[in-house]
Amino acid sequence: MLEIRLHGRGGQGAVTSAELIAIAAINKGNFAQAFPSFGPERRGAPVVAFCRVDDRKINIRAKVYKPDVVIVLDPGLLSLLDPTEGMGEGGILILNTRKKPEEITQVSGRNIKVVTVDANKIATEELGRPIVNTTMLGGFVRATGLLGIEDIKEPLLERFGKKLGERNLKAMERAYHEVSIGE
Amino acid sequence: MKTILEGSQACAEAVRLARVQVVSAYPITPQTHIVEELAKFCSDGSLNGRFLCVESEHSAMAAVIGAAAGGVRTFTASSSQGLALMHEMLHWAAGGRLPIVMAEVNRALGPGWNLWADQTDSLAQRDTGWIQLYCADGQEVLDTTLQAYRLAEAVNLPVMVILDAFFLSHTWEPVDLPAQEEVDQFLPPYAPRFRMDTDHPQSLHGVAPIGVYMEMRRSMQLAMEAVPELLERIEEEFFARFGRRYGPVEPYLCDDADVILVTSGTAAGTARVVVDQLRAEGQKAGLLRIRMFRPFPVRSVHEVLKSALKVAVLDRNCSFGAGGIFASELRSALQGGNPVPVYSYIAGLGGRDITVETIRDCFALTRGTDRPAIESVWLGVKEELLK
Repeated sequence: MLEIRLHGRGGQGAVTSAELIAIAAINKGNFAQAFPSFGPERRGAPVVAFCRVDDRKINIRAKVYKPDVVIVLDPGLLSLLDPTEGMGEGGILILNTRKKPEEITQVSGRNIKVVTVDANKIATEELGRPIVNTTMLGGFVRATGLLGIEDIKEPLLERFGKKLGERNLKAMERAYHEVSIGE
Repeated sequence: MKTILEGSQACAEAVRLARVQVVSAYPITPQTHIVEELAKFCSDGSLNGRFLCVESEHSAMAAVIGAAAGGVRTFTASSSQGLALMHEMLHWAAGGRLPIVMAEVNRALGPGWNLWADQTDSLAQRDTGWIQLYCADGQEVLDTTLQAYRLAEAVNLPVMVILDAFFLSHTWEPVDLPAQEEVDQFLPPYAPRFRMDTDHPQSLHGVAPIGVYMEMRRSMQLAMEAVPELLERIEEEFFARFGRRYGPVEPYLCDDADVILVTSGTAAGTARVVVDQLRAEGQKAGLLRIRMFRPFPVRSVHEVLKSALKVAVLDRNCSFGAGGIFASELRSALQGGNPVPVYSYIAGLGGRDITVETIRDCFALTRGTDRPAIESVWLGVKEELLK
């Protein structure tokens, strides 16, 4: 089972990202579960969302404490929390930041793959505003290989409609190509 | 059709498929997604029903009582304080023998103000005469809501379909959405035994003098007593058509288990993971999920727990001064039959996570303690905050 935790701020669409991953995984024949951090939603406040993907029915209903993958939508959160909390060896940390993976000193010396992408820039250029949840899915697809861009395309278009969906898709594809993957 | 839905949406889809004619509700987190979805269905025509907006939960229940007395299929939903405000009307619905179905999203009561999962709200309504079914996943929410109409309309008692706040109401997962024609065959249109009819005037819910009141209550009790067998028959039919069945209780690896954990709602999913872990470690652990709380499935629990050496009950609720409510009910149900010791634990109040570790603690404490404590044992309490 792959366990994913997403950190964002209210209004950035962390929960939507978790849902899109789950929908894409289920469409591929897997089982998945996506749920929010259960706070009263406030725009701008730190929020957490969770997603699990497995090839059999998922029974566990607790939050994700030992994530295999962590996605951070907001660069500002890195100074507020430890995104790698609970992450073991071989974890994957996907960050929205202008920095390169080797500049992320918080995880130096640990066996964690750091993947960075300047999602603010991409989203601003493609969507007109820095709402990065769909852009970051491009980073997720590239970093994990769990799903292909094609798998997320359909749920994305369904969620956002054709016009907005295609712009989100383009942002996701750009992120897929523009990520920096650490050693 | 395989799809992915939130628990709330699974509930709303079931209400649509049940062709409910009148919905009335007042929004309250975490029930909101259910009624938002239904308001949409009523306005876009995918549900040919009326959505009655009201000024409170008390009025929402009053509105569906009126509609049900008029002979139509009805639905409402609430949580926590909203359910508490309905309390008087819950008695009216049950005493009026109206087959209303409501979704109850378990949320803690305030103060302290808290939006999160806690079963004390619905359990505080256990004596109102409503059948109570506690669900564990989104599919079960959909299936149970459909079954609830069959059950309610067969015994003329209202049914509460209960789901944990967020852990179920706001969790997206795969759900098989049955076709309308299939549901129509399982659940034909509501044929009321009695209804308000201006052509044939009669008085409903009037004065019941000393000479008849007790018989009316006896008849409610008898209707409740008929529920286990009826549910079994309805589930048999449901299974034949849709391939899924749940039962009043759901045992998992109980046959040879020496320690069995009893719980309800979504905690049972996590408990299943723990039972698998403990089995792999060589322990004979079992799990009994209680789905039907009212009527309490006395015979089923006797049957499943008959050979256990110890029973642990994990409650996400508390009756202050008594302790875990499922534990109290279970102890009382086992009287006169099985002398197995019942260990009572309380965890997860106000949405605190019930984790794999919480449930492992339940098993370890139960195994490691000779006799159960008289009071419920609270797990995960921060002692420093009590000073």
